[in-house]
Amino acid sequence: MVANSATLKSKEQLIEKWSKQEVITGSEMLLRSLLLEGVDCVFGYPGGAVLYIYDAMYGFEDFNHLLTRHEQGAIHAADGYARSTGKVGVCIATSGPGATNLVTGIATAYMDSVPLVVITGNVATTLIGTDAFQEADIVGITMPITKHSYLVRKAEDLPRIIREAFHIANSGRKGPVLIDIPKDVSNEKALFKPHTEVKLRGYNPTVQPNKQQVDKMLRAIEQAERPVFLIGGGAVYSGAHEEVLAFVEKTGIPVTTTLLGLGAFPSGHELHMGFPGMHGTWTANMAIQESDLLINIGARFDDRVTGKLAGFAPNAKIVHVDIDPAEIGKNVPTDIPIVGDVKAVLQQAVAGAKYAAKADDWRALIASRKAAKPFAYNDSGEELKPQWVVSMIHETTNGDAIVTTDVGQHQMWAAQYYPFNKPRSWVTSGGLGTMGFGFPSAIGAQMGNPDRTVVSINGDGGMQMCSQELAVCAINNIPVKVAILNNQVLGMVRQWQELIYDNRYSHIDLAGSPDFVKLAEAYGVKAFRASNKEEARAAWEAALAHDGPAVVEFIVRKHENVYPMVPQGATIDQMLMGDDE
Amino acid sequence: MNTRHTIAILVNDQPGVLQRVSGLFGRRGFNIESITVGTSEEPGLSRMVIVTTGDNHTLEQVEKQLYKIIDVIKVVDIGSGPMVARELGLIKVSADPSARPEILGIVETFRASVVDISPNSLIVQVVGGTDKIDAMIELLKPYGIRELSRTGVTAMSRGSAR
Repeated sequence: MVANSATLKSKEQLIEKWSKQEVITGSEMLLRSLLLEGVDCVFGYPGGAVLYIYDAMYGFEDFNHLLTRHEQGAIHAADGYARSTGKVGVCIATSGPGATNLVTGIATAYMDSVPLVVITGNVATTLIGTDAFQEADIVGITMPITKHSYLVRKAEDLPRIIREAFHIANSGRKGPVLIDIPKDVSNEKALFKPHTEVKLRGYNPTVQPNKQQVDKMLRAIEQAERPVFLIGGGAVYSGAHEEVLAFVEKTGIPVTTTLLGLGAFPSGHELHMGFPGMHGTWTANMAIQESDLLINIGARFDDRVTGKLAGFAPNAKIVHVDIDPAEIGKNVPTDIPIVGDVKAVLQQAVAGAKYAAKADDWRALIASRKAAKPFAYNDSGEELKPQWVVSMIHETTNGDAIVTTDVGQHQMWAAQYYPFNKPRSWVTSGGLGTMGFGFPSAIGAQMGNPDRTVVSINGDGGMQMCSQELAVCAINNIPVKVAILNNQVLGMVRQWQELIYDNRYSHIDLAGSPDFVKLAEAYGVKAFRASNKEEARAAWEAALAHDGPAVVEFIVRKHENVYPMVPQGATIDQMLMGDDE
Repeated sequence: MNTRHTIAILVNDQPGVLQRVSGLFGRRGFNIESITVGTSEEPGLSRMVIVTTGDNHTLEQVEKQLYKIIDVIKVVDIGSGPMVARELGLIKVSADPSARPEILGIVETFRASVVDISPNSLIVQVVGGTDKIDAMIELLKPYGIRELSRTGVTAMSRGSAR
């Protein structure tokens, strides 16, 4: 793996070092400003409009630059880095096609509130608006999918803009910020002054909650007979897992964590019901529907969680804790809104929390339901089952890996059969549902967590949307372990076509995909194939033992469906529990 | 229930800020009846006045979503209290010399003014609330409206409220 730069200096040391006033180029200002933000790894791809920036990076070793094979790989890697570390992910691309190749990655990060600073080059200011070679209005294109964006007009603005961008990206409701730097600006010389203070009149996220609102929640808990906690990604992003655990243990309220909230609360805890929604647990969905108090902590009532809104949690008083006031009341009418950072809210709440004393029958009911209907599948002696593969991966990594996925069946099986006990261990494209996200995000996660095992679980479809990044793993010896659950079909689309479109399988056949073992080997990556349990375990253990990246292709049953399933448009208690084979 | 709302938005006078605000309305499915932008009392800040229709839930979402734009400093639903709302209309109406006295009579009644006269037409300038301009247009229609241009509403709360 690329060695982490040994020369990382503290912000104060750097400011001291650069205290002598110096006239430098915009590109050099960019690099200095990134160092001031503590950036240790940048993912990027050069091109015409960023040549000055890359020239400044020539021989520059103060942070790593990872050259990906596609800009989309770079931004997904930055995203995986950000989600798994809590730090801002940074990527660089050139103007025009370089910038537009980032769009899916920006939208992915925006939907899941991931802090990124996305740097693009643009044509020179004198050429902007002339349809110049490789010109694209990336600020305009990405306005709906960025938290904020800048078109830099003068080099002297760069230190301020970069400071603001990092501040905006990683505070409040986090998200991607784009900085578009015209080519002449990156070469313009100006006096460098490190920028430390951020003054933004229009941006003051509410972190500390209103105490009266928190007290209302605590009183509601004392009265509740059937309370439920719904914990979302906001709990992970605010670093509130300890506060969540303390609050749950003090109140004794059963917990469901959303797809993005997995890891915010230990999955093995007796009060944990699994994740809710379309492919969530029966226990969690029934509990939400029957609850008389639903306390949403940092989730956004996504339609994959709520199902049909009109019948969602029909008898529940709704409490909603969110740092983004616009989320409160957006989808579900809220009785007790609490605007604030999850960690700050829970710190305040834990102090005054009492045990939900009227909920003993409820706790007993939920415990019995959990035992009665866990996630289940019909194991097979002949064909390899994807659920079994995920469980085997869980077992062989002691449940302690960072797991990344794309979207689709493999994602749901990973969520169902790889229970997480730690936050920032689960990197998945939840909101946008991006194919091709899983593998490059694993590269970023590994760069940010060199000492942890990083497993990328993919389908055979999504793997082909990003397989070029195998080169990055091979060249830099980034030891990501890639599991491909190959069912030779676009599995989730096939499942919907089977269940909802009367078995009309339209354009989902992926037969004729490359031999993934040969593909990996072509890049110089160790690879294995397995079609039964014995082979699977042996191949996976060999992959884990290998000192470097490895790919294991698991040939799994084609017609396997993800259950339970709430059909779109139904309320979440109307679940299909499985099919008889 | 859908009602009309007049919202004043104080924004940083930055390139692209109109695009950020109008784009938000577009993609969230909020309707814009009219939008005006100009400088405000404070250098570096502009004031937009947007007239939109929707129920209270929509209005709440509009305000909250607007605040998420970094360049938005303040959002005020000025329609919720007493306000002064004005728009300006320019109406080019066909007017043969014989029809002029009648038209001038209407103009006078509305306390509007004629700002251009040519042999066959004249331009009427009318300032007032949206209803007044609508009414003026209705009355001038029979003479033949050749061209119509309206500024959209700009507005302010009455008294000391901001």
